[in-house]
Amino acid sequence: MSIPKDARHLFRFAILFVIAFVVFLVIRHFVVPKTFGEYGHYRGAAITEIAARPMHFAGHQKCETCHVDIGEAKKAGKHENVSCEACHGPLAQHADDPSIQPTKINTTEVCIRCHADSAAKPGVFPQIDPVQHSGGVPCETCHQPHNGL
Amino acid sequence: MNIDRRHLLVMLPAAAIAWKYVLAGTPEESPNYTMTDHWWSMLINIPKCIGCGNCVRACAAENDVPDGHFRTWVERYHVTDWNLSNPEVVSPDGGKEGFPAVPKSVGGDEGFSSSPESAGKYFFVPKLCNHCEDSPCTQVCPVGATFIAPDGVVLVDQTYCLGCAYCVQACPYGCRYIHPEKKVADKCTLCYHRITKGLTTACCEACPTGTRQLVDLKDPNDPIHTFLKTHSVQVLKPQMATGAKVFYNEMDGSVR
Amino acid sequence: MSGVEGYMYPNEITLNWSVLIVLYPYITGLVAGAFILASLVRIFNVKAVAPTYRLALLTALSFLLVAPLPLQLHLGHPLRSPEMYFTPHSTSAMAMFGFVYLWYLMAVLVFEIWLDYRSDIVHLSQTSTGWKRTLYRAMTLGSDNISPRSLAIDHKVGWIVTLVGIPSAFILHGYVGFIFGSLKANPWWNSPLMPVVFLFSAMVSGIAAVLLLYMGISKLRKTPVDMPCVDTIAMYLFYIFILDFSLEMLDLVHRVYEADESFRTLNFMVHTKLYFSQIVLQICLGTLVPIFLLAITQVKKLPELVRRRIYIVSGFLVQLGVFAMRWNVVIGGQLFSKSFLGYTTYKMSLVTKEGLFAAIALTVLPLVILWILVKLLPPWDKEAQASIPAATAAN
Repeated sequence: MSIPKDARHLFRFAILFVIAFVVFLVIRHFVVPKTFGEYGHYRGAAITEIAARPMHFAGHQKCETCHVDIGEAKKAGKHENVSCEACHGPLAQHADDPSIQPTKINTTEVCIRCHADSAAKPGVFPQIDPVQHSGGVPCETCHQPHNGL
Repeated sequence: MNIDRRHLLVMLPAAAIAWKYVLAGTPEESPNYTMTDHWWSMLINIPKCIGCGNCVRACAAENDVPDGHFRTWVERYHVTDWNLSNPEVVSPDGGKEGFPAVPKSVGGDEGFSSSPESAGKYFFVPKLCNHCEDSPCTQVCPVGATFIAPDGVVLVDQTYCLGCAYCVQACPYGCRYIHPEKKVADKCTLCYHRITKGLTTACCEACPTGTRQLVDLKDPNDPIHTFLKTHSVQVLKPQMATGAKVFYNEMDGSVR
Repeated sequence: MSGVEGYMYPNEITLNWSVLIVLYPYITGLVAGAFILASLVRIFNVKAVAPTYRLALLTALSFLLVAPLPLQLHLGHPLRSPEMYFTPHSTSAMAMFGFVYLWYLMAVLVFEIWLDYRSDIVHLSQTSTGWKRTLYRAMTLGSDNISPRSLAIDHKVGWIVTLVGIPSAFILHGYVGFIFGSLKANPWWNSPLMPVVFLFSAMVSGIAAVLLLYMGISKLRKTPVDMPCVDTIAMYLFYIFILDFSLEMLDLVHRVYEADESFRTLNFMVHTKLYFSQIVLQICLGTLVPIFLLAITQVKKLPELVRRRIYIVSGFLVQLGVFAMRWNVVIGGQLFSKSFLGYTTYKMSLVTKEGLFAAIALTVLPLVILWILVKLLPPWDKEAQASIPAATAAN
């Protein structure tokens, strides 16, 4: 079908559109990430990247491979299911390189965080009034934190 | 036990290889992980929570969560008598440093009393991304920068996110925020970098009472299946129909 | 954190959508409204408003060119915005923006303006000199065919473009309302009426804006205001305004009567944090007063000068009211907690990229663009020839 002479200027406008669309498709081909759409409407490689983020908590299994004695001691007491880093903080670096020594924790502070009295806590959870209970004497004077006695 | 021997133990072959990848942050998944074999979620056992804030601190340390924003946080509810629609909720700094003590009445330590501050009931509700199956946040992302991974975890591709914050607006639970430095959406990844290597999340690792349990709904041996059978479990805001899969045991009707 | 009353989820304390996101629906609204006014001439054959036809199109274009800027500035990573075009997410209302915008800009507005101005452009390319000549020549796309037959074809095609343009303008702005209305998480936004309310308030603000611009430009050019034209525009403004107000009230009444779980919280917010911007600015000053003023012009024969003053005052009040409406939707929707237990405060910054000055700059920018467009493509030559009504008659 030939285009009538008096409508050719419209054709020129249409060509601009077609050119723009082709340029768009070409750019799109190059800039959309390779793994986009691998699993869904997202960059598939993002999953592996997120999975590769560094860790800070080693996990108690890791701790217990070396600290076998402490692992055993914990099994005997009420803190059996409290994992090491719950009190000691994140120690993946130490687990990787044991020469990096963790800073010693302030036992009293850590104990009180859980065991200080509050009517908001479940009644069955053991709680004490830190001042009345020990009068400032450090917890480990009487208690064994690892087995919770 | 001396350090050298411990070091040797760490370097035991199989574990050590996986561990090296983990710490180097190389894009290498643990070899045995298949996404389609898992459907991750979490169980929150409300009656066990003591509001110590360990999970909030652990999450911040594990994931470099900026101050003032939270991938997980703990709320303390105070409900008086029948007033379910008007709970008094607090979450000082997301519960990061725990909660101020509520004085117990003299002579009783069961949690009820007649003193005005402690009248009614108190309980703690840890919150995190619900990793919804029909997540409104991934629905609205204009470019596909946030998505549900094949193992059911809702993730953000921070190299692709525009930072338009539409997903933040779309989340009914307030679980997302715009990272103040990275200028992209950020949220709980369910410690994706840990669970894909057979570890639990940082919050579950640090929880001293077992309130939080990572669960894999596709694992037939996961204790969650027995738990769900024998307990009365809810999700947050079920009326939103988001397919939330963080399960709350014994959740009060006032929780929102 | 200061500014919080009651309980907010901790991530809700800072607002993510700032004054720029208020500006965005306001500006797109002006585009849609101005275009609807232009289509009155073209499609609905309202010859009285013909003097504003070209001005309305140029106004729509200059505001449309600025419309994406507030969004762009607001993004955390503005350079990533082309992803919207390359990997649009089919389930996201926002992903539509790029395509609706480009369609509307190129296939509707630019095309229609080009068709309408083609004979002028060809003429200008032959009479002007220097860089202007080059520019006009480029705009002719190398075709200087302005034979009566080609112009007749242009006119027919232009008519079709306008016809397509009306639903396009509706989509452009209705979808902005949909972005808010479709979020189930936010009860302040979640309403199927939201796109409709946005659309009608858009028409109101756009028509009022062209009315103001036309009267302002007439004043600057010291040409007489075409009174039948502004009277007709004011009449349309009045009736569309009534529709808009009814829809907004329907939404309000529905919310109040239904009183769902969010009602107490939202009601409290409207009576405290939003009292000034919602009740005083949006409803009283921005809606009731201009409706009342316009109603007077409809029922009473007033002298010309009084009518003109009323139109100017109403025009400005309408802008204020519609801007306040956008503010109340966008900012109001973020002031309360999705737990319904508390409220936060919006603190507008001044000099940041999302601050007050950026917002003011973005409001002035379309006017600058309009000034340039008017210089390049004067809308009045044709008006003097009154060729539009003639051409419409020929159609």
